[in-house]
Amino acid sequence: MATMGIEEIEKEIIEEFDFFGDDWESKYEHLIELGKSLPLIAAADKTDDKIIQGCQSRVWLNADFDDNGMVYTADSDAIITKGMIALLVRVLSHQNPTDIIRANLSFIDKIGLKEHLSPTRANGLLSMVNQMKKEALKRL
Amino acid sequence: MELSSIRQNFPILGQKINACDLVYLDNAATTQKPIAVINALSDYYSHNNANIHRGVHTLSRRATDLFEQARKTTAQHFGVANEQQIVFTSGTTDSINMVAQGLSKLYLKPGDEIILSMLEHHSNILPWQLWAEENGGHLKVIPLLADHSLDYSAFEKLISPKTKLIAITHVSNTLGLVTDVEKIKSVANRHNIPWLLDGAQSAPHMPVNLSVLNPDFFVCSAHKMYGPTGCGILYLNERWLSELPIAKTGGGTIKTVSFEKTEYVEGALRFEPGTPNIADVIAFAEALKYMDAIGMQQIFKHESELVQYAQTLMKEIPEIDMYGIHDHKAGVISFNVKNQHPFDVGTLLDKYGIALRTGHHCTQPLMKHLGVQGTIRISFAIYNSKQEIDYFIEKLKKVIKMLS
Repeated sequence: MATMGIEEIEKEIIEEFDFFGDDWESKYEHLIELGKSLPLIAAADKTDDKIIQGCQSRVWLNADFDDNGMVYTADSDAIITKGMIALLVRVLSHQNPTDIIRANLSFIDKIGLKEHLSPTRANGLLSMVNQMKKEALKRL
Repeated sequence: MELSSIRQNFPILGQKINACDLVYLDNAATTQKPIAVINALSDYYSHNNANIHRGVHTLSRRATDLFEQARKTTAQHFGVANEQQIVFTSGTTDSINMVAQGLSKLYLKPGDEIILSMLEHHSNILPWQLWAEENGGHLKVIPLLADHSLDYSAFEKLISPKTKLIAITHVSNTLGLVTDVEKIKSVANRHNIPWLLDGAQSAPHMPVNLSVLNPDFFVCSAHKMYGPTGCGILYLNERWLSELPIAKTGGGTIKTVSFEKTEYVEGALRFEPGTPNIADVIAFAEALKYMDAIGMQQIFKHESELVQYAQTLMKEIPEIDMYGIHDHKAGVISFNVKNQHPFDVGTLLDKYGIALRTGHHCTQPLMKHLGVQGTIRISFAIYNSKQEIDYFIEKLKKVIKMLS
């Protein structure tokens, strides 16, 4: 299993983002950097059946399982969405399925990016979180 | 009227978004409402609310008078002598569906053809596609030239003895390009084919005189014309006013009803079953008066200047691809930032208080033709200024830098 639990990693991310304070431009620049550094999903896994339809940005999600827990890889055609994905993958990858299903991911709200997980947001992220949990459920 | 005084008529424009002044450039989706329209809604419910066309009491007569006066105001605005040719609907989508369903009952036959264009909004595709699928009909599509304008010579070649209707947009909601209505009209008249003009994006921006254009059908939405949501019109020429079969029926449309036979009224009321959207229709008339007080020609001139001003500045940004660049456009510019997703650009510009649209704009066939997933669209109204465009350009450059 991962050396850090979900809440520990969330805490780490909150501290990282606290550095930016109210400066949304730096915060988004950081998010864009995270998006750019996201290890891409294997080309073989970037298939139509792995697309999570948002209205505008498309998200691909692949879920595997190894000795360390769930392994998620993902991609999006929008970079801000990709930055959000990078955070979610960092928090939920290598965790055990039970913890993933129970995770409330409150760090998203605490770092001021909650709007990206709103059901009215046309980016597919909320569906992606639901899909990550569904995949974890299959491994229980 | 001065721009500064126009802006004061729109209470919503004074607010801050993310501590920045709101710059509202999503007018092709819906316009903001002047205080006259907001007050009309409030006044109606505060002083005049009653059901119309039946009551003998004072309030009912007052509400009926206001509603029927709104029909006259709308007819005058569009240069229509007989106000019965103006039917109030819930909007453009509703209007087109009423025409499609009505025509499919008696007029359209299996094997018939309807001509649309590549520029159409989904709401001027889907009702016809539904008819075609259910009745063995066919849709023919006018292609675009390299500059994305309609290929009028290809259009005439699509005409066949089976062509029963031409349904075409007056202004492209995605590109802002203005259809040459005279060309459509002359071909339609020469072949004696009825035609429907989708004015959802023209009526807000330019003078539209229906007695001059003389289409068989004209449709538009109040909420894109400074009026309330859930309200719009279906204009029918004299022929269809009496001949178009009704798509829906109910109270208010009849002379006499028995279980054996019902006799319907003539005129607009035949198409307005049930209690109509009284308050919004009355407020829509105020929106039309507001536009007429400024002058449709003046509105077109102001917005054309904004389009040309913005197009010129945007041409100088090398990272931008613009679609449908043209001098004669109705308040819309569509573009993309090279190698960037429209969603990212829109998300960041929203942080600066700029409201615009990203995505396919309900024109997926056009997106496919352009070879893009979506575009970023800015669209103007009478209250927008060159200063707002300057601010938009400054922030767009900043966002491009952030994303690259």
